[in-house]
Amino acid sequence: MNRNFKIIYKLSIILLAVLATLLLSSFVLIILGADIIQTFYTIIITPLTRMGHLSEVLVRAVPLCVIALGVAVAYRSGIINIGAEGQMAMGILGFTTVALALPDLPRAVLLPFALLASVLCGGLWGFIPGILKSKLQVSELLSTVMLNYIAAQFYSFCLRVPMLDPAEALSGAGTPQSARLTASIEIGRITGRMHYGILIALVLAVIVYIFMWKTSFGYKMRASGAQSRAARYGGINVAAYVTVAMIISGAFAGLAGGIEIAAVHRRAIEGITNNYGFSAVVVALFGMLHPFGIIPASFFFALLIYGSTLTPRAVGVPANIVEVMQGLIIIVIVTTQMILQNNYLEDKVYRWWCSKKDVKEA
Amino acid sequence: MDLIVNILAMTVPFSVALLLASIGEMFNQRSGVFNLGCEGIMAMGAFLGMLIPFSVGQGGHVSQVYNVAGLLAATVCGALLALFFGLIVITFRAPQGIAGIGLQMFGVGTAGTLFRHFVGGTQSIPGIPDTPVPLLSRIPVVGDIFFSHNILVYIAFLLVPVAWYVLFKTSWGLKVRAVGSYPRAADSMGINVNRTRYEALALGGALAGLAGAYLSVCQVKMFSDELIAGRGFIAVALVYFGHWHPVKIMLGALLFSFAQTIQYNVQGLGINLPYEFFVMLPYVVVIVVLAFTSKDQTSSPAALGKPFNREIRT
Repeated sequence: MNRNFKIIYKLSIILLAVLATLLLSSFVLIILGADIIQTFYTIIITPLTRMGHLSEVLVRAVPLCVIALGVAVAYRSGIINIGAEGQMAMGILGFTTVALALPDLPRAVLLPFALLASVLCGGLWGFIPGILKSKLQVSELLSTVMLNYIAAQFYSFCLRVPMLDPAEALSGAGTPQSARLTASIEIGRITGRMHYGILIALVLAVIVYIFMWKTSFGYKMRASGAQSRAARYGGINVAAYVTVAMIISGAFAGLAGGIEIAAVHRRAIEGITNNYGFSAVVVALFGMLHPFGIIPASFFFALLIYGSTLTPRAVGVPANIVEVMQGLIIIVIVTTQMILQNNYLEDKVYRWWCSKKDVKEA
Repeated sequence: MDLIVNILAMTVPFSVALLLASIGEMFNQRSGVFNLGCEGIMAMGAFLGMLIPFSVGQGGHVSQVYNVAGLLAATVCGALLALFFGLIVITFRAPQGIAGIGLQMFGVGTAGTLFRHFVGGTQSIPGIPDTPVPLLSRIPVVGDIFFSHNILVYIAFLLVPVAWYVLFKTSWGLKVRAVGSYPRAADSMGINVNRTRYEALALGGALAGLAGAYLSVCQVKMFSDELIAGRGFIAVALVYFGHWHPVKIMLGALLFSFAQTIQYNVQGLGINLPYEFFVMLPYVVVIVVLAFTSKDQTSSPAALGKPFNREIRT
């Protein structure tokens, strides 16, 4: 089997995967009777055309990138974290609690302290499924989803009762939101709503790379995920590493919540998590579970997420279309990976290809 | 006393969506396929189920034929989505957990997209009315709890012995259990493993679709994005809880819907806790129950979650 064939084979499988995603999502668009090309144009091209749009895309890329880094750490360690939604909500609550309780501290103390609180709260929410998985073999897929619902309820309770903005309580409107946080916790903005959190995300990506690929701790985590039996045989405490991976994953999601509120919303309100937790799973997979793949992937999915908010007005397609596409992308990615790993199929295609070439040459 | 009867009388119909979905999921898992996309299939079922009676009657009264058509459409759609899932995890042998999440996002997203386009905002439909069983519903207490519901409730509970019979007393059930616990042996006896798994998956998907439609047509009588609210995932958890046995799954479904019903009776119970904590309750129960039952894997199908490949010796 020559190298040319291998490259062509892999490329054409990936091309087919992209086509399959586009075709399947077009199928939903056809049911809606929408203009398919116009819709994809609105989602993918329009946000790139103006600086205002572009900064909104980057605003969405930051939490996606941070959460996806955590999801990738967990995934590499053999545990799938689909609970980032809940962990992010808990992170927001941790951040808000500190910011509301100690508004008078100087910025240099308060901001790191509040971010630390969000990391700890998210980490705690990741610790629960981690320990349940490693000690009691509870499927993390189920426990994290349940914890998402629990966190969502706890979040709305906190906004409605203990953290409720006194102004809202006075006016009687009672919109569930916290008071506006003190200015000293704010993360500055670069242009539009785009903020310096983007630098935090990039630095974190490098840290995750070094941690997972250049330290023995990271190596042991990856070993636990790749071959848990072999890792155990090699003397690695797999259960502990899986739990730690989940804590890290939760901590990243919590931090994303903290950054989001410090830089964008500046108060806790409903809907901050915005399905980022689930989208980040797609981002992590799309970025091949590697920090340097996740950076462009998070930009691409932020583009889809922001683009889909434009579609209801531009082409009359509901914004939920992005969820459809994300679901399809997950399905297509995992399927494509299996096809690419299938040497038997590759061999078959190679023989068919050769026989066709022979016929031509003859 | 009235309050207890009231809670229990709600528990029974509320358990039906969980019961249908988890009986379906039981067939999936007995055949060795872990279908986490149940939530997405339920969402699509719920949407289709209400779309047909809604688009005919615009929320007004419609002939029961259309309600039934909605339920049927949901069932068929559920089976088709499950076959699509089968293509990914059986034929292409993709990892089932993450593919299930993909199916869940796809289903929930598609239902939400189509709902906004074809229905718009919150629209309720009359749905299927309650049909109390003659005589039996007159029995005090028991009649209220068990015999004054809509027809699908009775069908769902009749399905429990039927599922038991199909799984343990028919040759198809034996095939399903064989491909789920030891596919190589089943294969060597001439059973088509992948075909059997596709069949079980289609049955499970059909039931999940019906479960979704039950929610939108019989129970809540409307569709919203939050309608399913994790019931698909709870249904998967119930299968673990019920040790892959229909009767235990039924008991589990009743337990969970009991936890769900409490939130509608908070005031009567006189418990002074914020509303949100009652909404949380069923999810907390799921985690606690999973924590106690997950370690005991003795009755789990041995090949659960493992794709079958004839060409690779295991």
